[in-house]
Amino acid sequence: MTPALLARLRAAQAAKQPVALLTRLSDGHQCLWPEDACPGALAEAAQAALREDAARTVALDGEPWFVHPHNPPLRLIVVGAVHIAQALVPMALPLGFAVTVIDPRRAWATAERFPGIALRHDWPDEAMAALAPDSRTAVVTLTHDPKLDDPALDVALRSPCFYIGALGSRRTHAKRVARLREMGHGEAAIARIHAPVGLAIEAVTAPEIALSILAELVAVRRGAALAARAAPAAEQAA
Amino acid sequence: MSESTEDVLGTAAQWLAEGETVAIATVVETWGSSPRPPGSRLAVTASGRLAGSVSGGCIEGAVAEAARETMRTGAPQLLDFGISDERAWEVGLACGGRLTVFVEKLA
Repeated sequence: MTPALLARLRAAQAAKQPVALLTRLSDGHQCLWPEDACPGALAEAAQAALREDAARTVALDGEPWFVHPHNPPLRLIVVGAVHIAQALVPMALPLGFAVTVIDPRRAWATAERFPGIALRHDWPDEAMAALAPDSRTAVVTLTHDPKLDDPALDVALRSPCFYIGALGSRRTHAKRVARLREMGHGEAAIARIHAPVGLAIEAVTAPEIALSILAELVAVRRGAALAARAAPAAEQAA
Repeated sequence: MSESTEDVLGTAAQWLAEGETVAIATVVETWGSSPRPPGSRLAVTASGRLAGSVSGGCIEGAVAEAARETMRTGAPQLLDFGISDERAWEVGLACGGRLTVFVEKLA
């Protein structure tokens, strides 16, 4: 790899642009998709690798090429700059999440409590709309406060985000489900919410709860069987 | 891979800026139980610094050894490790997996 190509790859990563590094394994010849002109079959392989976030080797004219996707980081949007968020945010970083914390209560969402983390003080619906959650985004609400959590969940449920988790007991969630129904969300949409948030590991402390939430995030992202459980709404009905 | 926050490329760029000779090894294919997926990277310098990984520690030594040659000649290499290869025992890939690693000089 030339230093110039390394610099371009790192610039794309810094700009959060999805790119794929294509390497001809016979001689190390490389190009960067989509910046460089690449043969059609390689472009298709690059798109597939980025979509699936998985590297692969493909043959082009009998020559093996390594297709190495470099997606921007996964995103985690945390609503509520609360104590659990202070445990959750630093633990999410080494797992590869770019984190944004939303809380209009300025006393909570401070740089002192969340050093180096992107903070938003606008109302959760506006902040969420601006952040535009995509299929590589997870949303976790932690405020317990319907006037903060609900608008965020409203936007999350209308987005393709891969994970939605909401802190609160089953009782709290039952009331939340009723409010979300009134807002026009159907059962299938509401069943996307993981609540109570996190894997059931009897977590007590803030770091333990953060661990259970992040373990559930990983399980959902990797398609682990333990992430598939009865929909919260169905549990309530039972 | 985006899920790795281990910034191996950033470390490699830093080493290059410090005047080191650097090679990058990348897992390109795996079969069976390999601990690191395709795209996993190991950066090595001629002076012996290491960052990242291409296995659970089983073959890093052998990869670093091969990388010395690539750093000397500038020619990339495609290395095959696995139980079908007697080197697997030499380098201790006891997990029974098989993988291919591409080694290139940063130049």
